[in-house]
Amino acid sequence: MQRVYLDHAATTSMLPEARAAWLEVSEQVGNASSLHTSGRAARRVVESARESIAEDLGIRPSAVIFTGGGTESDNLAIKGLYWARCAQMGTRPLTLVTSAIEHHAVLDPVLWLVQHEAAMVEFVTGDAVGRVGLGEIESALDRGNVALVSIMWANNEIGAIQPIHEIAALCKKFNVPFHTDAVQALGQIPMNLSALDAAAVTISSHKIGGPVGVGALLVDPTVKFTPVQHGGGQEREIRSGTFDPASIAAFAAAIRYCVSVLDEHGENLRELQEYLISAITSAVPEAILNGPPPGETRLPNNTHFSFPGCEGDSLLMLLDAAGIDCSTGSACTAGIPEPSHVLLSMGVDEKTARASLRFSLGRDSSKEGIDQLAQALPGVVDRAQRAGSVSA
Amino acid sequence: MSALRVISAMSGGVDSSVATARMIDQGHEVVGIHLALSRTDSNGKGRGCCTLDDARDARRVADKLGIPFYVWDFSTAFAESVMDNFHSEYAQGRTPNPCLRCNEKIKFSAVLDRALALGFDAVATGHYAQIEHGPDGVELHRAIDPLKDQSYVLGVLTQAQLTHSLFPLGGDTKVRIRQEAEERGLITAKKPDSHDICFIPDGDTAGYLVRKLGEQPGDITDAATGKVLGRHSGTFTVTIGQRRGLNLTVPAEDGAPRYVVDIDRESGTVIVGAPELLDVDFIRAINPIWAGAPLGPDAVDVSAQVRAHAEPVPARAYVHDGELWINLSESIRGLAPGQAAVIYSGTKVLGSATVASTNRVGKHTSLHES
Repeated sequence: MQRVYLDHAATTSMLPEARAAWLEVSEQVGNASSLHTSGRAARRVVESARESIAEDLGIRPSAVIFTGGGTESDNLAIKGLYWARCAQMGTRPLTLVTSAIEHHAVLDPVLWLVQHEAAMVEFVTGDAVGRVGLGEIESALDRGNVALVSIMWANNEIGAIQPIHEIAALCKKFNVPFHTDAVQALGQIPMNLSALDAAAVTISSHKIGGPVGVGALLVDPTVKFTPVQHGGGQEREIRSGTFDPASIAAFAAAIRYCVSVLDEHGENLRELQEYLISAITSAVPEAILNGPPPGETRLPNNTHFSFPGCEGDSLLMLLDAAGIDCSTGSACTAGIPEPSHVLLSMGVDEKTARASLRFSLGRDSSKEGIDQLAQALPGVVDRAQRAGSVSA
Repeated sequence: MSALRVISAMSGGVDSSVATARMIDQGHEVVGIHLALSRTDSNGKGRGCCTLDDARDARRVADKLGIPFYVWDFSTAFAESVMDNFHSEYAQGRTPNPCLRCNEKIKFSAVLDRALALGFDAVATGHYAQIEHGPDGVELHRAIDPLKDQSYVLGVLTQAQLTHSLFPLGGDTKVRIRQEAEERGLITAKKPDSHDICFIPDGDTAGYLVRKLGEQPGDITDAATGKVLGRHSGTFTVTIGQRRGLNLTVPAEDGAPRYVVDIDRESGTVIVGAPELLDVDFIRAINPIWAGAPLGPDAVDVSAQVRAHAEPVPARAYVHDGELWINLSESIRGLAPGQAAVIYSGTKVLGSATVASTNRVGKHTSLHES
């Protein structure tokens, strides 16, 4: 049985371009912070990658701060900006404005600041399709004392693309730094950062076909960040830690590839997305598509459905046995599924939220794979409904 | 046996590891499940599990055996059916067995129901007990290793549940199972056995109950003289038959050791006395559950067991007014209401019921009326 991988939003297969770049650099010795010839050679790899990423995304090379991934970048953005703003304004606590549908990598540092530093927080809610309201952000900014606004570019669960440029303009009007987690947007939709007034943008390598364990925070070089991680003073002392030239080079190669094929990739995936949605709704007529309708406000790789009466973990297990990989949402370290906080904040009840699955497409997705899913689904849903009814 | 689709409940211990391996060897299609039962909320979010190491061990054994593995979250059902029941039973002066309750309500009920709904045929566990196919259906028997036999905690299973239960270890000794785990290279081979109640990992049940139910101090009085001998911090902190840890301030007049012989929940008094006061020869037990055909009003010869590792005693048992009445041929010392009485015919489990009251040897009045 051919396995069908429909969890590309969790991680996607590594691009040959990225693998080649990684292997090539991995043969080199040298710490990129060392002063000798080998060190300078390693540094050259890092700086070339930095320039490549800057060029592809429309920013200055000095805006690229390499990190260990999306979660680290989000922590640096939230805590680093919050502490810098408190110092700058000479007052604390300040208010963090974010949305209820953020990834835990944003929500948890925000809640940490609330718990440990008495920071205040205003959660902007999503509407029924998971798009945040500008009005709520504006009134929060209007109340003053805001340290920063953090709203994700596109949601990881339901694929809702947020009105990021409008939010950035609002923040500029109030002179408040704006951070966006663009981990899911990168490589899926156009991202010209020269046109965006953001203090910080989070991106991650493995979501686009680079290696796991590397990411970046793209910063406005004029904005001050208090470091979260202290040490050797790399990355203008904002992010200490030895550079990983091989991963950084592979990350840059992945971005280069994704940007070069973006239009074509988007068209392909939108066609597959439509095919996937109609395949699921014909296989299981009662299935409910969560999130925005396919189109400009939804990521082309994302579909997310509720299957009423089922349990998501039963669905996942049965689909797994049928050769299909998909996901239910966030999970704790022991692998226990929680109802999605994103769906709950959109007004979905807990039972329906637990009955949900995300199918996310990638470069190797095909109509044949979707057909295999559609064939398995009716039987799987029938069994998961029976399991749902006995444990209710 | 033809190939079945089996859910193997993997606790992360050596027994369920070997049970899973044996199910695979027998040609069944096996999926490993670790049950998340009790959850700590130390980080305030309820996302942590108290058994992360066990979950990891179970996962690594499943990896080694090459089978799919999932964690099933039954923490809500466990809290409602097992933990709440544990608290309320103690609060009412009874002594529940949470493992038995978990088998009845979770492992062979909620988990089994889900497994069957998902298209599986059976649930396998690492319990030491044996399933045999008799003329009238499936029979539950003692394991061959008397030191490990766990048929007592499975005595709450009905015929319908037993039909879909597999216990691959009951025909072997624990020593042999450990050897086999080692031979198979399972990482759980040398893991120590767990003896504690899983949601009281430090083993301090009294301390746990005081935290859950609050201190409810009262007197400890002498059964013979009625004199106050000390204080306790809650009737639920002592068990019928307990001798140690009572901190009695007044020595007995005869200098003999004293045991908890009764608990008067109404007045919050714990009564201590001579061990003979603990000897009972009649048990009235309620809510019987039958492994096969129920007993009738005519007394039959059985052996009765009232604790997980107690010696069974010969008895005559019958059903009276929907209750299981047991006349013991030898007395049993120290029996508390809430405990389960499991009755056997030879090695075969007939059924079980919850002890409601007992009669002291030579007396016809009930000592521990519920």
